[in-house]
Amino acid sequence: MKELVLSLIADGGVLAGVPYAVAAPLVMLGFGAVVVFGFVLPIAGITSWLERRVWARIQSRVGPNRVGPQGFLQWLADGLKNLLKEDIIPSAADRWLFSLAPYLVVAGFIATFAAIPFAAPLIIADLNIGILYITAVTGIVVVGVLMAGWASNNKWSLLGGIRSAAQIISYEIPAGLSVFPVVLLTGTLSMQGIIQAQGWAPWDWFLFHNPFTFVAFFLFFVAALAEGNRTPFDIPEAESELVAGFCTEYSGMRYLLFFLEEWGNLYVIGAIVTTLFLGGWQVPAFTENLLVLTLVQFGVFFLKAYFFVFLAMWIRATLPRVRVDQLMTLCWKYMVPIAIVNMLGTAVWMIVVSEALGRLVQIAMTIAGAAIVVLFFRRVRFHLRRARLQPADYYYSPII
Amino acid sequence: MSLGGFDVQVVRESGFATEEMTLNMGPQHPSTHGVLRFVVRADGEVMTEAVPDVGYLHRSIEKIAEKVGYHGFMPYTDRVDYVAAMPCNQGWAMVCEKLAGLEVPRRAEFCRVIATEFNRIASHLLAVGSMGMDIGAYTPFTHALREREYINDLLEELCGARLTFNYVRIGGVGWDLPPDFERKGLAYIERFEPLIDEYNSLISFNKIYKERLAGVAVISAADAINYNLTGPNLRASGVKFDVRRDLPYSIYPELDFDVPVGTGEAGVVGDCFDRYMLRIREMQESCKILRQCLRQVPPGSVLGKVPRKFKPPVGDAYVRLESARGDMGWYCVSDGTEYPYRVKIRTGSFTATSIIEKVSRGLMIADLIAVIASLDLVAPEIDR
Repeated sequence: MKELVLSLIADGGVLAGVPYAVAAPLVMLGFGAVVVFGFVLPIAGITSWLERRVWARIQSRVGPNRVGPQGFLQWLADGLKNLLKEDIIPSAADRWLFSLAPYLVVAGFIATFAAIPFAAPLIIADLNIGILYITAVTGIVVVGVLMAGWASNNKWSLLGGIRSAAQIISYEIPAGLSVFPVVLLTGTLSMQGIIQAQGWAPWDWFLFHNPFTFVAFFLFFVAALAEGNRTPFDIPEAESELVAGFCTEYSGMRYLLFFLEEWGNLYVIGAIVTTLFLGGWQVPAFTENLLVLTLVQFGVFFLKAYFFVFLAMWIRATLPRVRVDQLMTLCWKYMVPIAIVNMLGTAVWMIVVSEALGRLVQIAMTIAGAAIVVLFFRRVRFHLRRARLQPADYYYSPII
Repeated sequence: MSLGGFDVQVVRESGFATEEMTLNMGPQHPSTHGVLRFVVRADGEVMTEAVPDVGYLHRSIEKIAEKVGYHGFMPYTDRVDYVAAMPCNQGWAMVCEKLAGLEVPRRAEFCRVIATEFNRIASHLLAVGSMGMDIGAYTPFTHALREREYINDLLEELCGARLTFNYVRIGGVGWDLPPDFERKGLAYIERFEPLIDEYNSLISFNKIYKERLAGVAVISAADAINYNLTGPNLRASGVKFDVRRDLPYSIYPELDFDVPVGTGEAGVVGDCFDRYMLRIREMQESCKILRQCLRQVPPGSVLGKVPRKFKPPVGDAYVRLESARGDMGWYCVSDGTEYPYRVKIRTGSFTATSIIEKVSRGLMIADLIAVIASLDLVAPEIDR
């Protein structure tokens, strides 16, 4: 980044003669704007459209299919509609906090993109504390949610905000502890460092490194879902209980911003899981062409991450919601102890198990994992075939 | 692994000012099933009290009866309980027939039972579907409504309406079964019965779902009787009472069906899960009844001879029938004119509302939603 800014100053373009202290933030702002408007917001928007479509298919509905091909532009229409809507601030609300809260929530989620490695050269800032930074900035979201809940001056919002605070703070512990095995294995917190310690082949992924990382993967994914307020942990907005939770009083664009965070956060969850456990952007070095390689790496990373987005949609369409006390029980009685065991187990594994045996375990686990995936999808296919309605099924209907 | 939550107990430290808050749940709350209102006093998430406030949907239906006459009141009975309108139709017809001592043609009785049982399945589908939605699972709701849609189609073919049927007449039913109705009805049941199992595997035996409902808001058999619960809510508490079996009317004595009771399969007898499962079992029993009825509909007329100016002799009558929400009572006083002197309707949802205040103490706010859904309250039936 520094070289780029210096060369831009030296080149004599727009930035000619501008002191470095001024030019550097300007260039970073420019890059940030490109990333946010060119990638982050469309990703969140498209995810919202895809979620509604996937959800609709699972529920034997059609879903939005009017705006654009297959309703693809629905997210733009929704955004536009919400921008044009009246932004109501209740008279009893705390005006400043009420207006500020959505921005904090969105800032917390957009800031994570700074440390997400999309490809070997494609990372905004390869911080040496990358994963720690991501865990930290996602914590800002809870401040925004709590602020929204409090400032709305509505009891349902307040309940939602407090539920959210309790939930996110609790689930950061198992999430953080599940990152530890990976950090122990790599000895670095840098996102690129973690990916480089893995290979492109599944048996080189940390998912199949040893039984403890395998469990850590699931713990992290569940905890990340809980942090992202996704079903079955969507208790802060729990529509049937708390009306709309912390965003009950919001309307227009501010309301949409909370959901932008939720949908965008899905991709962040997928990206982090991919980085930590699924080998990130690693592909075999099949070409010398850096551009092609980067694009392939980006594609691989994107697909891996988006698989988890799809998984989260699937889970949301399937499972009911847990209760507040059950949520806490799950976290403190089951996930935190297991996460600690994982951490210790990985440390012991690194000392005790020889490299050859470790290799054997990796390959055995990969085969087992592949078998589980195959069986799972066979079962899904079986159910899909059974559930598909034959035209003959409709013959009792007087209409069709 | 059990998610059975903490024994919630709020301990107050002295010098740390906390207070209970009063929450107003409804009438516009998304999961109060219409326009119910609860005044909830809660200590954080734990409720100390939830007092139902009824009356938002009161339409003076009983008073209307005194002004529109016996025949004219039939469409209004649809609105007593629009989720299961057929039993209301039937109840009004039955009480009028009892007042006047009318005989109903046998084919008409079959039509009534077929329509009522289809309507019972539709109502229970809505109940179990919205139960899933209130617990946070949205998919079961759409799947349940998809099946309900076919019943609506069938009933539309039968009487032209999908929700407020106005099908039953005093002394019979309005229209005969349409051609091919028996085959279509049987075809529907053939397909619907396996779908109940599929629905069960989708949501009923889901771990989270069971954890949410098992052992929540347990109503003992004694409480259920004392608070006058009826229908599925009563049977879920282990009391084997069904008006169709114990005080038989229409052609029910000839039919072979079981009366399922709550077994406490996930937790305690009389908890939310029992009330939920009981509705699923009742759908299976309704399928049984329908199969028998559709196979042996006798020929004949469907409407007896009833004078247009219906003037029952002076007297009063009370009939009981099993609606989707339990023992429904219709009381009518006749003064010998064309207009009933007084009509009183006894509905299951109204009495079920009264027990909420008792069972909700110490539950969490999320559980109140489960309780409302499990009692299958339908707001228009409470207020009438």
